[in-house]
Amino acid sequence: MARKLTAPGMSKCILCYSCMIACARFNYKSHSVTRCALRIRTTGGMTSKYVADICRSCKNPTCAFVCPTEAMVPKAGGGARHNREKCIGCKKCVEACKVKYLEFDDDLRKPLMCTHCGMCSRFCPHGCLGVEVQKEAVE
Amino acid sequence: MLYQDYIKVLYIDLFKKKIRFENRADLCEFIGGSGVAAKLFSEGVRPDLPPMAPEQPIVLAIGPMSTIFPVCTKTVAAFFSPQTGEYGESHAGGRLAMAIRMANVDAIVLNGASSEPVYVTIKPDDITFHDAEAIWEMPVGESGQFMRSMAGAPGHRSIIRIGPAGANLVPIAGVNVDTYRHFGRLGLGAAFGSKKLKGLVISGEQDFAIKNPAEYNKIYQEIFDKVTKTPAMAKYHELGTPKNVLPLNKINGLPSYNLKKSNYEFAENVSGEAFAKDVLERKLSCSGCPVGCIHIGNLRKLFDTGFEYESVGVSYDHELVFSLGTELGMKNPTDILNLIDAVEEEGMDAISAGVILGFMTEALEKNDIAKEDALAELKFGETEGYLKAIHYLANPPNEFYKKIGCGLSKYTKDRKDATGDYALLLGGLEISGYFTGPAHLLGGVTGVRHSHVDNAGYSIDQKLKEFTAKNIVEAVLKEECERSVLTSLVICLFAREVYDLDTVSRALAVIGITKTVDDLRLAARKILKLKLELRERLGFKIEDHRLAARYFETPSPRGVMTREFMDSIVAEYREAVKAYRS
Repeated sequence: MARKLTAPGMSKCILCYSCMIACARFNYKSHSVTRCALRIRTTGGMTSKYVADICRSCKNPTCAFVCPTEAMVPKAGGGARHNREKCIGCKKCVEACKVKYLEFDDDLRKPLMCTHCGMCSRFCPHGCLGVEVQKEAVE
Repeated sequence: MLYQDYIKVLYIDLFKKKIRFENRADLCEFIGGSGVAAKLFSEGVRPDLPPMAPEQPIVLAIGPMSTIFPVCTKTVAAFFSPQTGEYGESHAGGRLAMAIRMANVDAIVLNGASSEPVYVTIKPDDITFHDAEAIWEMPVGESGQFMRSMAGAPGHRSIIRIGPAGANLVPIAGVNVDTYRHFGRLGLGAAFGSKKLKGLVISGEQDFAIKNPAEYNKIYQEIFDKVTKTPAMAKYHELGTPKNVLPLNKINGLPSYNLKKSNYEFAENVSGEAFAKDVLERKLSCSGCPVGCIHIGNLRKLFDTGFEYESVGVSYDHELVFSLGTELGMKNPTDILNLIDAVEEEGMDAISAGVILGFMTEALEKNDIAKEDALAELKFGETEGYLKAIHYLANPPNEFYKKIGCGLSKYTKDRKDATGDYALLLGGLEISGYFTGPAHLLGGVTGVRHSHVDNAGYSIDQKLKEFTAKNIVEAVLKEECERSVLTSLVICLFAREVYDLDTVSRALAVIGITKTVDDLRLAARKILKLKLELRERLGFKIEDHRLAARYFETPSPRGVMTREFMDSIVAEYREAVKAYRS
């Protein structure tokens, strides 16, 4: 079953960053909110709307199409899976990302790609984030 | 201090525009936060010079658990208070602790004074001094937007800044943190102003690898669950601290009309419930806290005919509902938000500002203040005069406002009239929104920052069974000592039920700091002793603080207090502190 991270409730966001902290903790074993695979940000300071920059699981994942080493490969149901071992850090995926989500970690020399594990949504106190499970998708 | 055996201190010389770092292993015994801030401040302070002399340091500090565990979100500022003329310590939330963590420092010491207005951007590999002449007296909101846009691309940064009050060196000026949080009390804004420092923009992307992922995740989850799934912090999320309004009112513990009364006939109209129903538009959190205790009310302001409205989000809490609400006879949330917004933009401590306005209103009624000096007609329940007076407090147009903007302690000190009888001060600082009884009064006078949260006297008043002087003093001192642990780790005090000492000890262990519960108690005692000694060096004497007659006229939940009983408690405290310090 393919999983897809969603952000249906960002108007309920309290800007606590529990989601980013959880992602950094579980996926990168890091205390740093800059080392995680999603970003919660304001659109103009604390008084503005808050948005989630997340992987949108594109049906045609250009990030994977441009990857020369096949470190980034399309997933059934949309999006791409990233293999850190195969990745050479060329940043082509970052440049190709259609929604300008993907960021590159200069220290790791890898893109910070979402695995759609759902840890971020598990720690969101307000249900701003969610995970859709696509039962019909066959990988 | 995270995974290290030293505390990384960034020293900034605002006069020379130079910086240096020091890794201080000797500071670890003070844990972090308020302990480290007090120690660093004690090393640099010059008691022989005025609080706003360029030589006086300002210290900002986080703790080893800051943003590493849930609700460890505060930053401590230590400074020479321009308002009380003694030790100043103020705590603020927002994004600041996370930004300091990501900038890879534990503490920042600001020394010297710039010759021209500046703001400073702090990143791990770049500290830059910027010309702030164009924004020096700019209101808080606009200057925040300016600094935000000048700082470049969005990120997880914190912007702290002063407003006109700080630029004008008004001793009740505060420092606003990330729009909705503050170093409010004791005049840090004036201390910034005296250094010609408009503000700081702090950011970073420092990575900290988790060294014990399995153990860390386990205790993180345990704490997160306590915070989000138990009643421990529910009230802070739901109605927020204004939930206190109705219960306090019911027991005669809610000051109103400059404490002529300890209950309020319009309490229902300005309760947490009323705010939630009428104006609450969103809740926010400090970075790293899933609670969301910051309550934002929607203020619609009519600015022209033809239904021309502006809309502003204004944060409110119990203290402000008191100081700019019940204290001034406001009857609805919108009027209170209107006054809060005005105080915010000027960059003043909203508690002191409100209590000063309440005092002025009564003084005008009694003709103890001349109308020509006040320049505004102040009447309980009417916002218009208060809005004018708020502007004058921050931008003094005459000698009267210059003096009263120093706070009621300095204003009433040299007067030979009866104004001191109704100037609501504890330890030289305007009171907070409780009038629960003797423990609250003692706690306010003796607390190291004269705050009700130093030692929770308001709670002791409501819970203590045998109400003797000895028991009150013991309870106040014990609470203040235990809270020294939390404020040194800079855990938000709202999470005090979550972070018992055993939990703290286990949390510290997984980030490489071995401290038993007994070690923590010893450290707390050492930190409190340091602060008690520090403030004496700066001239604090408990006998200098005479309690206003008003406290012995208005009934508290413990009945009408007597000066004799309070004197006996203070005498007991003096002996207990002597023993404590030895």
